[in-house]
Amino acid sequence: MKPPLFTYYLANSVEDAVQQLAENPGARIIAGGQSLIPAMNFRLASPDMLVDIGKIPGLNKISIISGAVVVGANVRHRDLELSSEVFAVQPILRQAIVNVAHVPIRHRGTSVGSICHADAAAETPMILILTDGWVTVTGPGGSRKIKAQDLFKFHMTTAIDPDEMAVSAHFPILPDGAGCSFREFSRRKGDYALAAVGAIVKIDNQGRFETVRLAACGIASTPKRLTHAEDALIGQKMNQSVLDRAAKVAGQYVTAPDDTLATNAYRRHLLSGLLKDVVAQAAGLKAEVPT
Amino acid sequence: MSYRPDISIDIPTESADPTRKINLKLNGQEITRVVSTRVLLSDFIRHNVGLTGTHVGCEHGVCGACTIIINERSSRSCLMLAVQADGAEIQTIESECGSDGTLSVLQQAFMDCHGLQCGFCTPGMIMNIRSHFNSGEKLDLSDEGIREMISGNLCRCTGYANILLAVRQAAKQLGKG
Repeated sequence: MKPPLFTYYLANSVEDAVQQLAENPGARIIAGGQSLIPAMNFRLASPDMLVDIGKIPGLNKISIISGAVVVGANVRHRDLELSSEVFAVQPILRQAIVNVAHVPIRHRGTSVGSICHADAAAETPMILILTDGWVTVTGPGGSRKIKAQDLFKFHMTTAIDPDEMAVSAHFPILPDGAGCSFREFSRRKGDYALAAVGAIVKIDNQGRFETVRLAACGIASTPKRLTHAEDALIGQKMNQSVLDRAAKVAGQYVTAPDDTLATNAYRRHLLSGLLKDVVAQAAGLKAEVPT
Repeated sequence: MSYRPDISIDIPTESADPTRKINLKLNGQEITRVVSTRVLLSDFIRHNVGLTGTHVGCEHGVCGACTIIINERSSRSCLMLAVQADGAEIQTIESECGSDGTLSVLQQAFMDCHGLQCGFCTPGMIMNIRSHFNSGEKLDLSDEGIREMISGNLCRCTGYANILLAVRQAAKQLGKG
C-alpha cells in the first residue's frame, strides 16, 4: 500500500496555502495526516496535490480567548489532552480525546484535522457540537466562521469549501457551575466508537436540570446534538424515570444502518445506557440516582 | 557485525516521481537525502537509509510495528511522508543499544522476561515504551496502566503477559513511575 502520485507543496503561510487550493482544484490540506495518509495508502483518496500546512508559523497555539479554547490547525490531539490550562476551563476535551486512537497517533494527529475529516464516529467533531463551538476558515474571499451545527453535512463531508482552509477550532469553556462527562463504547481500545455520548449539565439550587447539552457520535451520518433528550430533562428533578425517558427519546437520533460491527438496535441500546451514565456523572450524582 | 549500521551511504531508488531534498537527524547523525515526495517515512528509513529494524506491518496505523520517535514523541512512521520529516530529529530501534551491541535496560528486560517470541512487533513496542519513559510523565505501572501504554502495538505471539513484566522490570530499574 503506497500513496498514489501527487504534487507536494509546503505552504509557508495561510494565504499561501489558500492560494494553492484556489489554483489547484484537486488539492487537499495535510496537517498531521493520521487519517489522510492511511486513506491514500488504501487509495481511497487520491488528491492531485497535498498542501502541507505543518510548518506554517503560529498555527500550533492553544489559547483561551473570550470564553473559548482556541485550537490552531497544527495543534496535536496530545497537546490539547495534556494542557492543564485547557482542562481547568473545559475538561470535556481531555475526557473525550483520551479515547482518540492511541498515544502515537495523538502525538501527530491534529484536532482541527479530525474536525475537517468529519468521521461520523470521531470524538472531536462531536465535542465541537456539544460545546456549541465553531471553526474559523480562510478562503480566497477572506475568513468566515462556521458554527458546529452548520459544519457537518454527512460522512466525511463538511461545509468547508474546497478552496478554504480551517485555521482554528473554538470550543466554548464550561459554563460556571456546570459539570461534564464523556463516555464511549468501542470493541477494542483505540477503535472508533460504536456509540459515544457527551453531556454538559447544570443543576439549579432546587435540584432541577437548568442547562443540559447532549451530543453523540457513531450513531448517524454526522455527530448529533440530542435536542429532544435535552428537552426531556430541562426543568426536571433527576430520577431514574426522567433519565429513562431522556434515553428513550434519544433513540430517534440513531439512524446508522446495521453494519458488520453493530445493528441499529444495538446502537440504540448503547446510546441509551451511555446517555444515562454521562448525565448522572455530569450532574455529579453518579452514586445515588433516586428511583 | 556492526550494531550501528552505517547510514551515510545513500541507497539510490529508481523512480520517475517528483522528488524533494530533506535534511534530518537520524539516530544522532545529520543526513541529507533526495526523496520521492510520496515515499512513506517507514519506507524511507528501510529502503533509502537501510535501517531495517523499523518493521512495516499493516501500513495504515493499526499494528504499531513501525513506531519510531520523532522529536521526542512516538509516532507511526507509516502514517507520515518522508518529506514531512524534513528538519525532524528521529530515533529508530537501532539507537536503542550501545554501539558495541550492549542491550539497553529496556531491551535486556524484554530478553529476561521473554517479552518477545517472533520479534516482529518488538522494535515498535520498544520505541513506544521508550517515548513514554522519556516523556517525564508519571507512569502507571499497574497491569491496566501498562496495557493502556502498549495498547497501540499489536503482538500476536506473547499474549502480552511477559511484555507487561518486561516493561515493569525496566521501569523499576530506571526509576520510572
